[in-house]
Amino acid sequence: MTAALRFDPIRLPSECEQLRKEVRAFLAEEIAAGTFDPHKPNREDTDVPEFSRKVGARGWLGMTWPKKYGGHERSFLERYVVTEEMRVANAPTRRFFVADRQSGPVLLKYAPENIKMDILPRICRGEVCFAIGMSEPNSGSDLFAAKTRATKTDGGYLINGTKIWTSSAHIADYMIAIFRTSPPTKENRRHGLTQFLVKMKQPGIQVNPIGQITGQYEFNEVVFTDHFIPDDHVLGEIDGAWKQATSELAYERSGPERFLETYYVLTELVRAVGKNPDTRSAEGIGRLVAQVHTMRRMSVSVAGMLQAGKEPVVEASIVKDIGTVWEQQLPHRVRDLAAFVEETATNRETLEKQLDFAIKTAPKLTIQGGTTEVLRGIIARGLGLR
Amino acid sequence: MAESDNIVAETAEKIFADLADAQTINRDNKGAWKAPLWQALTEAGLPLSWVPEDCGGSGASLAEGFSVLSAAGRFAVAVPLAETMLAGWLLAQARIASPDGEMTVVPASPKDRITVNADGSLSGRARGVPFAKAAKRFAVLASDAKGNFSIALVDAGKCRIETGLNLGGDNSDTVTLDQVQPLTIKPAPQGFDQTRLMLMGGVARSLQIAGALESMLEISVRYSNERVAFEKKISKFQAVQHNLARLAGESAAALAAATSAADAIANATTFNDEVFLEAVAAKIRCAEAAEKGGAIAHQVHGAIGFTIEHILHRYSLRALAWRDDFGSESYWAVELGKLVAARGADELWPLVASR
Repeated sequence: MTAALRFDPIRLPSECEQLRKEVRAFLAEEIAAGTFDPHKPNREDTDVPEFSRKVGARGWLGMTWPKKYGGHERSFLERYVVTEEMRVANAPTRRFFVADRQSGPVLLKYAPENIKMDILPRICRGEVCFAIGMSEPNSGSDLFAAKTRATKTDGGYLINGTKIWTSSAHIADYMIAIFRTSPPTKENRRHGLTQFLVKMKQPGIQVNPIGQITGQYEFNEVVFTDHFIPDDHVLGEIDGAWKQATSELAYERSGPERFLETYYVLTELVRAVGKNPDTRSAEGIGRLVAQVHTMRRMSVSVAGMLQAGKEPVVEASIVKDIGTVWEQQLPHRVRDLAAFVEETATNRETLEKQLDFAIKTAPKLTIQGGTTEVLRGIIARGLGLR
Repeated sequence: MAESDNIVAETAEKIFADLADAQTINRDNKGAWKAPLWQALTEAGLPLSWVPEDCGGSGASLAEGFSVLSAAGRFAVAVPLAETMLAGWLLAQARIASPDGEMTVVPASPKDRITVNADGSLSGRARGVPFAKAAKRFAVLASDAKGNFSIALVDAGKCRIETGLNLGGDNSDTVTLDQVQPLTIKPAPQGFDQTRLMLMGGVARSLQIAGALESMLEISVRYSNERVAFEKKISKFQAVQHNLARLAGESAAALAAATSAADAIANATTFNDEVFLEAVAAKIRCAEAAEKGGAIAHQVHGAIGFTIEHILHRYSLRALAWRDDFGSESYWAVELGKLVAARGADELWPLVASR
């Protein structure tokens, strides 16, 4: 018997609407002040520390975390509103996004008290940037094949090996990474990896930038050579990282960033076709809007179920699977329709530049943070097929 | 099966499980299952779910009625339950009491118009009216020369009915009214127009499609866990697993879109752009899911799913057929695209993020 999928029709509570107004007003101010240009998702420098601190000052980082760590004890749905408004505005969230979504919650769960008191309030103030050290040159989707060693030494561990495709490592203050503390066992090939908090910009860590096909330098190779990590930077169970990796994934997989990455081309297409589109343009836009609306309602539904204490793991994987495939196809569908846009459309050049960038971005969307193939494997397991 | 939201839906589920089992129906080529099923539904008050008690109905909420339609979709029910519910709902808008027996709504396409003549009679032609041949009465939405809408109860026997069949083999007929005097006619409420009727019908069909996809997913998963090829269950092949994961995605998208639209309509205080988006997006996305999801369900089943003996077609073909009722996805995509363009680029996101 298949477990039934659930997508409760969540309505955002009224406090979200006030918050949304505040976020929009803030973003409009920042745009007016020249902090960023919402029409230029392809800007080279997406790391804007001042913007990060302002977002923190507004109370929009660590929104769901306990107040004692600088958090604001608000709901996941409120965090959702902030995230989607930032994404749609193409706001420069690079500095704080990973820390807020992923690293902070891991620290909350597994870090010792002194580290939580030290780092979490700084994340909430928008002062620190995190990277995630998972992939290695010979292990990507197969996470548990990681080989970078953490060897026990006096008072801590010595790290040797290489992480790769590590987004933001070049600007990050910290990384949460998995390293090998023991060999895998015959019974459990996932055994032997441990999660660590790594302080970046320290001896024994070399960050080498890697150029991407978009022309950006967002990800890196990170080489560890006898880098020392103290004992209290172990996060969770030694050799037991595999037990810790799954529970946060629902949050990571189902957010608005999983279908809105190329959304700007749709807005720009609507601008280009004007108030009276021909039938073909209207039909194409109508379908795309219906699709993005549906994706968002699915994503909001998962956020609401998480807020209600449910664990919609399969539903979250479905959101990322179809959401990333959708945002990957979107620039191509918009390009199809843009072929019929009048030469005289005032934003034609903007649209074309955006399309170039979105089409170059598209291939990564179904790879980063769990490939389509891995996600479909998880969904298949949830369906009782494996 | 998904857990039911309420007692009304639980009642419907139980009746369908007892009297609308797909295997039994599929073997019965004389249609002997229809009368007992309709009788049980009628005794439970389900066809008139949306009719207030003082108009002869059972006075269930919109939300309760919508969950009956989800259940009806999961069983690919082939009696005019959704149609009678919609007809009762339409009549209730003008406080017209619903009679017993099967009904349907006229028109069932946004392109057809029924006219109120100067003498109060009705004229016009409506294509693709579901179950018109089985219906004893029609709930008709018609407009006069000034564009004022009226709602009427019409005796089916007074209309010309050309029978047709949809992809699922259910009646989808052409109804012609030639100066037909209605049994009752009253003005529609302020602001009620044909779009409202089409979107209500569209959401009903969206829920039915989503329900059918839930069942297609379930029977496809079950079959893949039984069928052996190359010395193992086909569910163990990664290609099959990934196809079924995609079917789950389409089923999930349809479910989310349809239930969200139903929730939006059930709680709407005004019929604004946001409710319009919910309703048409559901119809568009569910129709797309019917195509993509149904194709995968058939692919997983192989040749057996292409046979008349197998139950898969009961779901797959109805889901495809339901796309056409109350405006196809192409029709609504054009309307939605026009609305989005008229609002302007900077008003798109506020529309999408409205709830």
